[in-house]
Amino acid sequence: MSLEMIGITVLWIFLYGYVIVASIDFGAGFFSYYGKITGKGEIVNKVINRYLSPVWEVTNVFLIFFIVGIVGFFPDTAYYYGTALLVPGSIALILLAIRGSFYAFNHYGSKTSNVYLFLYGTTGLFIPASLATVLTISEGGFIVEEGSQIRLLMDQLFTSPFSWSVVFLALVSVLFISSSFLTYYANKAEDREAEKVLRSWALFWALPTIFASFLVFVSMRNHNVEHFNAMLNSSWLFVVSMAFFLAALGLIMQRKAYGLAFLFVMLQFASAFFGYGQSHLPYLLYPYITIHDGVTSSVMGEALIWAFIGGLVLLVPSLVLLMKMFLFDAKYVKGQN
Amino acid sequence: MSFDPATLSRILTALTLGFHIIFATIGVGVPVMIMIAEWLGIRKQDPHYILLARRWARGFTVTVAVGVVTGTAIGMQLSLLWPSFMKVAGQVIALPLFMETFAFFFEAIFLGIYLYTWDRFKKPLYHWLFVIPVVIGSSASAFFITTVNAFMNTPQGFTLANGAIAAIEPIKAMFNPATPSKVAHVLASSYLTSAFILAAITAWSILKGKGGEYHRKALRLTMIWGLVFAVGTIVVGDLSGKFLAKYQPEKLAAAEWHFETKPQADLLLGGTLDPETQEVKGALVLPGALSILAGGTTNTEVKGLNDFPQELWPPLYVHYLFDLMVILGMYLAVVAGLFILARAWKKKYEWNPWLLRSIVAGGPLAMIAIELGWMYAEIGRQPWILRGYMKTSEGATMSGDVGQMLILFALLYAVLAIVSTSVLLRMFRNNSPELEMQKRGIQQ
Repeated sequence: MSLEMIGITVLWIFLYGYVIVASIDFGAGFFSYYGKITGKGEIVNKVINRYLSPVWEVTNVFLIFFIVGIVGFFPDTAYYYGTALLVPGSIALILLAIRGSFYAFNHYGSKTSNVYLFLYGTTGLFIPASLATVLTISEGGFIVEEGSQIRLLMDQLFTSPFSWSVVFLALVSVLFISSSFLTYYANKAEDREAEKVLRSWALFWALPTIFASFLVFVSMRNHNVEHFNAMLNSSWLFVVSMAFFLAALGLIMQRKAYGLAFLFVMLQFASAFFGYGQSHLPYLLYPYITIHDGVTSSVMGEALIWAFIGGLVLLVPSLVLLMKMFLFDAKYVKGQN
Repeated sequence: MSFDPATLSRILTALTLGFHIIFATIGVGVPVMIMIAEWLGIRKQDPHYILLARRWARGFTVTVAVGVVTGTAIGMQLSLLWPSFMKVAGQVIALPLFMETFAFFFEAIFLGIYLYTWDRFKKPLYHWLFVIPVVIGSSASAFFITTVNAFMNTPQGFTLANGAIAAIEPIKAMFNPATPSKVAHVLASSYLTSAFILAAITAWSILKGKGGEYHRKALRLTMIWGLVFAVGTIVVGDLSGKFLAKYQPEKLAAAEWHFETKPQADLLLGGTLDPETQEVKGALVLPGALSILAGGTTNTEVKGLNDFPQELWPPLYVHYLFDLMVILGMYLAVVAGLFILARAWKKKYEWNPWLLRSIVAGGPLAMIAIELGWMYAEIGRQPWILRGYMKTSEGATMSGDVGQMLILFALLYAVLAIVSTSVLLRMFRNNSPELEMQKRGIQQ
């Protein structure tokens, strides 16, 4: 595999990791707020807090890792995206900052506040919407280079049906991924009431997820036909994705094997995400940056890959330990520890 | 008044860094103090030290949260505000930037484990072991990110011909001449500042009349380490002077208003400068001291600013930033030294209110010294963003929207500052050490 392929594959895997972990986190924040205002707070919150507390900082790192990595492997992205995304990027940043800090304030501070919880819950929906917009922009048509000036066409972005269908997909995916994970977690914690609520949410968001995916697929055709055709060429991945979705849905409906169901949800998104990513190549930004001409020197690329391998050797055991101690420690999950 | 995007980008970056560095400093230093306190508690089987570690760790969670989000902000602002710089620098210095995220990842994982496993192990030592990766991770983060800043001061490990970068050597770029002294200075001063902030809080409580064993142990502990780190910081500061004299002489010369290259150069404290005649009035002159700082002897020749074209001089007001930083560093060493001396020789002075007040002042003053140091480091590098290769104005975004973003971020940081302070205050007021000792059945 060439250097640029290794680079983009690694980064895409990390972005996928972020999508899953962050979706769980964002959705949990939303459900936690929603539960509070509808009076279902107690049961759901207990489950959510036990999951979130030790893990929330780790979520952010996936995103930072992706950004630093893509600038490292493909320095041109810093120039194009950096210039064009000043405003949307800053707004996403501010939302992320509000979310992260207010979570900590609420959780570690001595009294819970509804304002904190509100900020925490709603930012969880705005952030995925704004981050997903970056993927929309990467499809081209929204960034133009005029001489030495790079501009983002905000009006077009806001009036594009494609752009809105991506936002819609991002939101429902967050809620679906999150509720299917939390159902599993509540079940493990043997919290029957929470499990019931969360399961009904998972079922509620399942169909909109598929509907939104089709919407994106269809509007892609109008927006970027080259990418659309490339997606058709790897359509088997999307079929696989659909199969995983149906399998997951079936299990959740039959109240069976929630862990396996969540694994299927992860695979559903993995196959769709990689199908999308693979067909996006070689472009990082239509039509300005491809992975071939935007890649960094081979020396730096190799150094980054070695650093990455070294980092994984360190991180994977640590992550396994973290998950063993909190996510999969039966006593901890049940709140006995 | 209107500013160009480059100036606004500098202001916004300064704002983010100035805010982030408070939490980053605490984030690097406090884990070390937690590690020491818990270790003492286990070794001496003294629940006071364990409680100390516990309470520090609890406050740390709030500062860490703000540190994480502002760190994310600066990480992204590098690309948003300095896209042209990142395009060039990214090719050479991406490695430590990349590794920094790993170090932080590592730290975040173990911090999560550490915070949530206080009473989970039969052997308390197992819990203590989890703080070690936190210390390693946070200090390693500081190391990696400081190498990037060092690279901006003394870039190496590449060649630049016709705007194209070639012959890249990532390791050489990372271990550039500025790296050793800069990293050592950042680490030592973070440890020092954190020790002093914790000491200041303790001294404040004692002044308020809470003079129990718990507080006394806390103050002694933080002051001993405060002295160690203060001496370390001063020694490293001296090495930084020698580094500057050799590799970045214009930065040292600007800090000392040193115009003519000569041996027996004097160190000036304070004063005012007439830029026309290059005459300095009202400064405290330490004869030959600049030569000593630069090379260890009074005969060391120190390069003056007149050897450089004037358009490449850093702004000359950095003199005050530099002086103030040095004086504050010395102040911290003296205060910590006095406390230790009082304890060793004249015990009755150990809790002297004036000594305690000086320690209280030392907390914020230490943080001010950190801010001044970074201002000197950044302003003293001007007009360069990448010394010798790229001017700051060439690295900035050309977007016209930086001004609005500046306002947004200023609001964000104001909110974060206010809310985090009030959360911390409430957290410790509602659960005083006395109350907590009672609850845990610890003898006061």
